[in-house]
Parts: sequence; C-alpha cells; structure tokens
Amino acid sequence: MIPRRDPAKRAVVVPQRAELTSWVIMRVTGALLIVLVGGHLAINLMTGHGVHSVDFAFVSGKWASPFWQVWDLLLLLAGLGHGANGMRTVINDYVRGDRARLTWKLVMGVVVAILVALGSLVIFTHDPCPHGAPADLLPSFCG
Amino acid sequence: MEITVKVRRVPEQEGASRSVVGAESSGEMAGAAQPRTGKARTSTAPGYWQTYHMEAKPTDRILDVLMALKSEQDGTLTFRRSCGHGICGSDAIRINGKNRLACKTLVKDLGPGRAITLEPLKGLPVVKDLVVDMEPFLAAYRSVLPYLIADTSTTPTTERLQSPQEHARFEKTTKCILCAACTTSCPVLWTNPDYTGPMAMVNAHRFVFDSRDVAAEERFAALSDGEGVWRCRTTFNCTEACPRDIPITEVIGELKRAMIAQAL
Repeated sequence: MIPRRDPAKRAVVVPQRAELTSWVIMRVTGALLIVLVGGHLAINLMTGHGVHSVDFAFVSGKWASPFWQVWDLLLLLAGLGHGANGMRTVINDYVRGDRARLTWKLVMGVVVAILVALGSLVIFTHDPCPHGAPADLLPSFCG
Repeated sequence: MEITVKVRRVPEQEGASRSVVGAESSGEMAGAAQPRTGKARTSTAPGYWQTYHMEAKPTDRILDVLMALKSEQDGTLTFRRSCGHGICGSDAIRINGKNRLACKTLVKDLGPGRAITLEPLKGLPVVKDLVVDMEPFLAAYRSVLPYLIADTSTTPTTERLQSPQEHARFEKTTKCILCAACTTSCPVLWTNPDYTGPMAMVNAHRFVFDSRDVAAEERFAALSDGEGVWRCRTTFNCTEACPRDIPITEVIGELKRAMIAQAL
C-alpha cells in the first residue's frame, strides 16, 4: 500500500478553483459539442447528395461564410478543449509520479496548441479559388 | 448443501509494511519506505487463495460461513465482525468480486454450484486475511469535519429545532455506517490512495445540508482540491456497493452543484 502524500509536498500546487472550473468547462463544452457536431453532420451529410457532395468546392463554399468559419472554429476549440481536459483527467488518474504526469500534460498541451493553431489557420486563410486549379473542382462563385 | 469457499489468505503484515499514516515516525517499526510501484497499487490483494469445503444452508449468511470455518476448520482464519446485523459496518468484504457485508449476504444470493470467493476490501492496506487497516479511510472521514458545527455566536436557550422538511434534505446520508464498501469499490481510490472517497462525501453531505450547521464552506474546502469531489468519475460503483442503499453518486452530484453555487 502506498502512503498518503503530504499535500504540502506535492510538486504542483493546484489552485482550489481549478478542478471546479475544469468540471464546469467539461459540461459546457459537452453541451456545445452536441449542437455543433449535430449541425455539422446535418449540413454535411443530410443535405444535397449527402456525403458524396462533400468535396473541395463544398468546403470552400461553407468557409466563404463567416457563420461557418465561426461554427468550425468553435467546433475545433470545444472538441479539443473537451478532449484535452478528458485526457488530463486520465493522466491524473493513471500516470504514476508527479514528474511523469507533468511531462505527459506538457506534451498534450503542445499537441493541442499546434492543432488549434493549424486548424484556425486553415479556417481563416483558406483560399476558395486557388490560381490555376481546374474550374470543375472549385465553388461556383470562383470567376 | 456442500459449498466451496475460496478465501484470500494474507499473512499478518507488520505495522510498518502496511502502515499508511505516520509510517516514517513509528521508530523501528517503520523500516524501509514502501516502494511506490504501479503493481502495489493496482494488483489484487497479496497472499494466496485457500479453498475450503463445508456444509451450509442456503439461508446461511456469509458471516455464518466464516464463523463455521473459523471454529470448525481453521482457527487462524481472520476477519472482522461485530454486531452481525448489518448496522455496525465491521464485516464489509469482497464477496464474489463485489463489496458487501458478510452479515447481509446469504449463500443462496450467490448462485448455486459456484465457489464463493472472499477477499479483503481493495484499496486499503491488508492487516491479515480479510482484515484491512481502516486508518486511511477514517483520515478521509475526519477531513470533512463529520460533526455538527452550529452557530455559537449567541448562547442557545432552547433546542436547535429542525422541521421534518429540513431533516428530509439530508436524511439519506444519515444512514451511513462507515463500512467502507463504497470507498473501496471506487476505481479512483484503487489508482490513487489520496482520493477522499465517496464515504467522506456522504458524511460531508450529512452536515452541509443540515439547517443547523454553519460550516459548509470548511467542508467544501476539504472536498475542493484535486482529490475531492471533482475527481469523482460517476462510475456508480459506490452506489451499487452501499449496503444501506444510499444513492451516493446522486449525493456527490448534489455536493458538486452546491459547490458551484457557492463559487458563483
């Protein structure tokens, strides 16, 4: 049996409200994801020819609208936030040793930061009408 | 009927090797510090299985089975018991893999033709055979101040009256008998011995929602750090294990909501 640790000797001091905040964020992002993922699936799979209509032109057409840019950004943030927070609790529960826990959480934080940066970059810098591309692959509004 | 009973036998553990609280200060008993290995935390209880065969009635309690084994077959078999009527909470053990009171479980409840397995509670240090060291469990109990802290700013001149409705708010958590069936059924405790555990939360609820009590904030503080209510993963093991039918997961949910309300 493992001795109980002296709380004062913990390597990382967790603020009193941190776990409460994390718990609330988990519920809020969870509820948000139901709406965001539901809307995403409904638009992408249940309109037109369903999954067969999803191609470059379809995505470009969606991202031409600020509404879908914001929708997908929220989806990205809520999904990664919810998933990363869940992984954090798994690491806290199952990784042995303060140092190993901290390392895994740092690795996860870096991965999440990269994914958020890449995802946001794609959403907001996406060029719907790349120069020289075949016209039949592009959305109808490309000249 | 003839039954087969498999009991997890664990040789008596010296205080130092099992001790959890104050191990470093108990002189020569302390010995070398226990290695913190994953195996020690998550493996089943140490020791070996011993198989007994005996005659029992379907209506015999598991406690009767243990008493018969001890008096007729093996006097070294060690377990804890007291009242034998499901109210003292002494004889909670793992029966066929589930935490139950030996005095409230009948042989016929466990299915015919199958060996009955008896193990010490998981997640607490084993003293010997089916007896575990309750000290880490009781330390968690003490941490939530399990007693009435009333407003003493004025000297009371009468009883502290409470309406039936006010009592009903926490009636379900007054039923706890501190048997440890809930806390030691919790997978969070199995991987993390620092976890406060469901029993302490049940007993915090008992006073937090008592209209005469004024120390809810102090109890919330004990339950709010990384090892408190937010570590509950709502697996419902505790609710299933409770021999007093306390809806423990619901109780923990009520505490979480009260703590969020207080934080806002």
